[in-house]
Amino acid sequence: MKVLVAVKRVIDYNVKIRVKADHSDVDLTNVKMAMNPFCEIAVEEAVRLKERGVATEVVAVTIGPKAAQEQLRTALALGADRAVHIDTSAETDERVESLAVAKLLAKVVEEEQPGLVILGKQAIDTDNNQTGQMLAALAGLSQGTFASEVKLSGDEGDKTLQVTREIDGGLQTVELTLPAIVTTDLRLNEPRYAKLPDIMKAKKKPLVVTTPAELGVEVASKVTLLKVESPAERQGGIKVGSVDELVDKLKNEAKVL
Amino acid sequence: MSILILADHHDGQLAGATAHVVAAARQIGGEIDILVAGENVGAVAEAAAKLDGVTRVRVADHAAYAHQLAEPMGALIAELAGDYGHVLAAASTTGKNILPRVAALKDVSQISEIVAVIDADTFKRPIYAGNAIATVKSADTLKVITVRSTGFDACPDRGSEGGSAAIESVDTVVDNGQSTFIKQELAASDRPELGGARVVISGGRGMGNGDNFKLLDGIADKLGAAIGASRAAVDAGFVPNDMQVGQTGKIVAPELYIAVGISGAIQHLAGMKDSKVIVAINKDEEAPIFQVADYGLAADLFEALPEFEQKL
Repeated sequence: MKVLVAVKRVIDYNVKIRVKADHSDVDLTNVKMAMNPFCEIAVEEAVRLKERGVATEVVAVTIGPKAAQEQLRTALALGADRAVHIDTSAETDERVESLAVAKLLAKVVEEEQPGLVILGKQAIDTDNNQTGQMLAALAGLSQGTFASEVKLSGDEGDKTLQVTREIDGGLQTVELTLPAIVTTDLRLNEPRYAKLPDIMKAKKKPLVVTTPAELGVEVASKVTLLKVESPAERQGGIKVGSVDELVDKLKNEAKVL
Repeated sequence: MSILILADHHDGQLAGATAHVVAAARQIGGEIDILVAGENVGAVAEAAAKLDGVTRVRVADHAAYAHQLAEPMGALIAELAGDYGHVLAAASTTGKNILPRVAALKDVSQISEIVAVIDADTFKRPIYAGNAIATVKSADTLKVITVRSTGFDACPDRGSEGGSAAIESVDTVVDNGQSTFIKQELAASDRPELGGARVVISGGRGMGNGDNFKLLDGIADKLGAAIGASRAAVDAGFVPNDMQVGQTGKIVAPELYIAVGISGAIQHLAGMKDSKVIVAINKDEEAPIFQVADYGLAADLFEALPEFEQKL
């Protein structure tokens, strides 16, 4: 079974972001970028499926500027076999929204015919949590979102996928027919680090570049970003010296007890 | 144009988040319909009909919608959506699972986790773990939106004399050969629901182990609080993951949030920094949590917690 895994280049999760002075967006110049943490988990799961002999091939795909190829190389170093880069550098508005991403991925799914597609549950920049679900709808496939466990069962040719999902009240397990879309939650696995020899080897693995135009997908969105601003600053608080003082302040000053 | 809201419900009870979504819908303006889909959801429909401002409750009561699996639910809502200008749901795991599917089926974008309504097309939503607020305008004819509950006060009940919205049944049944519900393991708790609690007390890595979370029980009992946790505490296996507060867990905005043994990483702050009053108890005076705390106590939690409980 072929596994397709989608990765996104985002600002590193430890970086404290700055809003541009003109409020047009977040300032990404000279900021450390990395693979979205949820995508790392998706790659790790795909690679583990290959190590278990379930997956025959792992294909990593990204949509973004040329620099996003770094994240594809990372995925290759972690164990993906080959990569597809959908280059959006030519787009006048480089912000490619979830719906367009899902349409592009649906084209790749159509071409590659994977048995399973794994994505992160959300990107830590836009925090949308949409792409996997949209892809499932467009490709007409089942979805197992917010997965903390993925298990394949059944015979050759008649496999089903059991996905344990993190839901508000606890956990839910659903069984999906394949092909299926899975989005990863943090608890699915602990991603490995790429070793230096693997990073070197990854440079020789195949990486194909295509564009939205070649795939026949219009990426323009009907949603426009009018403004980006910093959230209201919290007032700096005070330090109290004792539990007595804390209880007193909560009762008499903040009046929350 | 009118608005369709997907009701969130569990175990035959309407989830509190739905009243917050109705409040957001009232700011958008227009007639408000609520869709209650599931199996044996009569009581949920009646509770939804009591919400002030709701015109009509549409009920799809069928085994096909049990457990609200995304495949049949997405198809059902996409079919109904043609009559509406907006489709809204709470940004709960149910809403997040289903609504993007609806948006894609209708070939429109989704706007996730709005915290403010500017007008019927323009909304504010947090990005980058809540470190920036984006204002976005949608030109789509159908707006598919999830609502962050903490951004809107719950709309009131109509009260005993306020009557109810009309309840109508929806006969559409969607075949689902793609997904099957197997089982559910829900955390049993007598405490208030984390998302809607007036007071939340959360523990982090500093709690040391799962047993020590019992130190929070007495305080939570006295304050009527829900108990939360940081990712570190969940990953270390101290508590189950549904207690996680943060960018990837639950977003809370209680009157009082007490963070115990939590350093205050960006991802945790994303889930609680809109709380009215924040208290931090941490022995590391340099912990970033003190930068957002209204009241900080630099102390060993194992000494401070029992004393705190006793003095409440």
